[in-house]
Amino acid sequence: MHGAPAASARGNLPPLELHVPEPHSRPGEKPDYSWLEIPEAGSLARPDEACPASETWAGTLGMVRVLDEDNRAVGPWDPALDPETLRRMLRTMALTRAFDDRMYRGQRQGKTSFYMKSTGEEAISVAGAFALAADDMVFPSYRQQGILIARGYPLEEMINQIYSNRGDRLKGRQLPIMYSARDYGFFTISGNLATQFPQAVGWAMASAIKGDTRIATSFVGEGSSAEGDFHAAMTFAAVYNAPVVLNVVNNQWAISSYSGFAGAERTTFAARAAGYGVAGLRVDGNDTLAVYAAMRWAANRARANGGPTLIEYFTYRAEGHSTSDDPSAYRSAQEREEWPLGDPIMRLANHLIALGEWSEEQQSEMDREVAEEVRTATKQAERNGVLGHGFHHPFHTMFEDVFEELPWNLEEQAAQAIREREIKWPERVGQKHSGDKPRTSAQGSTESANEDGRGEGQ
Amino acid sequence: MNMIEAINDALDTMMGHDPDVVVFGEDVGYFGGVFRASANLQKKYGKSRVFDTPINECGIIGAAVGMAAYGLRPVPEIQFADYIYPGLDQLISEAARLRYRSAGEFTAPITVRSPFGGGIFGGQTHSQSPEALFTHVSGLKTVIPATPHDAKGLLIAAIEDNDPVIFLEPKRIYNGPFDGYYDRPSKTWKNHEGGQVPEGYYSIPLGKARTVREGAAMTVLAYGTMVHVAESVLAEKGVDAEILDLRTLWPLDIEAVEKSVEKTGKCLVIHEATRTSGFGAELVSLVQERCFYHLEAPIERVTGFDTPYPHSLEWAYFPGPVRIGEAVDRLLKD
Repeated sequence: MHGAPAASARGNLPPLELHVPEPHSRPGEKPDYSWLEIPEAGSLARPDEACPASETWAGTLGMVRVLDEDNRAVGPWDPALDPETLRRMLRTMALTRAFDDRMYRGQRQGKTSFYMKSTGEEAISVAGAFALAADDMVFPSYRQQGILIARGYPLEEMINQIYSNRGDRLKGRQLPIMYSARDYGFFTISGNLATQFPQAVGWAMASAIKGDTRIATSFVGEGSSAEGDFHAAMTFAAVYNAPVVLNVVNNQWAISSYSGFAGAERTTFAARAAGYGVAGLRVDGNDTLAVYAAMRWAANRARANGGPTLIEYFTYRAEGHSTSDDPSAYRSAQEREEWPLGDPIMRLANHLIALGEWSEEQQSEMDREVAEEVRTATKQAERNGVLGHGFHHPFHTMFEDVFEELPWNLEEQAAQAIREREIKWPERVGQKHSGDKPRTSAQGSTESANEDGRGEGQ
Repeated sequence: MNMIEAINDALDTMMGHDPDVVVFGEDVGYFGGVFRASANLQKKYGKSRVFDTPINECGIIGAAVGMAAYGLRPVPEIQFADYIYPGLDQLISEAARLRYRSAGEFTAPITVRSPFGGGIFGGQTHSQSPEALFTHVSGLKTVIPATPHDAKGLLIAAIEDNDPVIFLEPKRIYNGPFDGYYDRPSKTWKNHEGGQVPEGYYSIPLGKARTVREGAAMTVLAYGTMVHVAESVLAEKGVDAEILDLRTLWPLDIEAVEKSVEKTGKCLVIHEATRTSGFGAELVSLVQERCFYHLEAPIERVTGFDTPYPHSLEWAYFPGPVRIGEAVDRLLKD
């Protein structure tokens, strides 16, 4: 018999114990935030953008915070943005939240299979996008929809993708929210976690190889920072001094696993920068001004050949992980309300109000407007169909784009799929499907999106 | 030229041809690669186009995907195919799917070069033939040359191809063809037709097999080192076999395979890789489906055994003349 040896006492040594992290509160318990140290706004020094990475490391244990208790912008990180820019950021964040709310309802109404909200994390993607140049390349995870919205990507296109309808530019191939928008500097989202991190570094290396001035940025959650790709990205970024900003959104939860399972009990995620010799910043992720200032600092540094930066955004995932998740099964329901760093939209609105540049009436009016904007876009997109209602792309598109040219086996399999359609959905037999001949990408197939594919038995 | 020189020449040709071609991997820069495949390239093209990398295959392939998304044409090297596994997620989940999942917005014109195969006392982690892992992935092309001439032409075609290509180099035949007899003196490419490598640019289309020899008694499907082993064994046995060097495993030259088996009525599949679920199983299955009424005997498959690649018992493991000979005899008996 083999197997683990039985416990054996050796002298007076205590038995070894496996430590398994446990979150600070579970369902039914009162949330405990006594562990959380929140540095005062304005207390962290702002090193020069060209400083050696080591000068940033002390700050990776502190926190870049700009908005204080009285909603004033204080300290050396205050980006001193004009009120008009602040209002635009506020509106973009509100639009992102309204979009999330509507799409979440869309999933519950059966219009799509899946959705993921970014509620509570809007400042990170929106202020991040505002701090970057429009042509800097973003390698996002699945929770940076605010970047697409900030860059003016049409909401209708996003909804087409979520509904996998005939207007979907990704031809219904991808799970909802796995957007791709090359023209908006938004890299195709993958379901495989953290793979985008070394890719962003490679893109940044390419930009440097070609003597370009564009930089790359990428986002992972704190949970995904445990993937090997994180280490690969940090190592490559450091070795080649790549013009990249690598971001960890620490929203405390990776589905049901609290951040302790990614290492949060021992140190901050920003502190990992030190081991690679990379500049690091830890930021109040619900403080729009701090997020903007940190991303701006890192982007300027990268663009001046100062090298990569790792930024940790300290925030809270206010909603479930996805529409398939019920957070009440693993965490205290009050955690969200009692989260000490508040809500990013409310904090920025209160700042503007404190400046005399905003009012509660304007806030209500804005909320009404963004909800209407989302409603209009949704109606537009629904004209292209919702998932399962038959307005999808023609069958042959399933076989296109695997390769640039269609190989013989895919040609044969496409013919099979089209043959099967006549057995599975006989009401369509006799209808003409001019677009059903597979074609190569070189020949193009975008017009096929308009082909009526209605009535396929769903 | 030997195969290393031909590969070096192909890289040189393509780097001169296209400023977006970049070459990188462990030890490929200053040192020119542990097999010397990238020798002198850094000196000629500079450190920003030919460079050493950290020892991190996930990073190497991941960075290549990002570079390709930017618009470069990366040619990363994985030092041994046995070490490609840490990069598999980037290859399978990313490079292979990039075009499909982005509906053509982003592509991955990457050529991953990697020495593979046994016969060099490489033991478990310097001898493997992992090609079936790649042929099973939709969106990847898998190419294996068997001569210096083909290595250069196929590598140039692979680099020019707009899809990700796994380019596996049979390191046993880097310096000369191998007849399967480990105890005979080794040969060089000097007097072999496949060692005649033209200067400058030429390419060999992917997806096209090469007829090594025409024959009527049986069709032999092989690639890499096993092309030469098969050729020598069948010549020694005096069998009039038709030998196809597949060159591109996927997309497979199905027409060449069908045409040959329909003519000979018998088929022998040979590879070094382990047997179960190896690429041979796909070949056998395709021949069975498509040439069934032409077959005069069961399809034979000669492969490595279903074990990790051993060190001391290498020549007991290697699918050499005895194992091939028995299969040929069985085919001829029917």
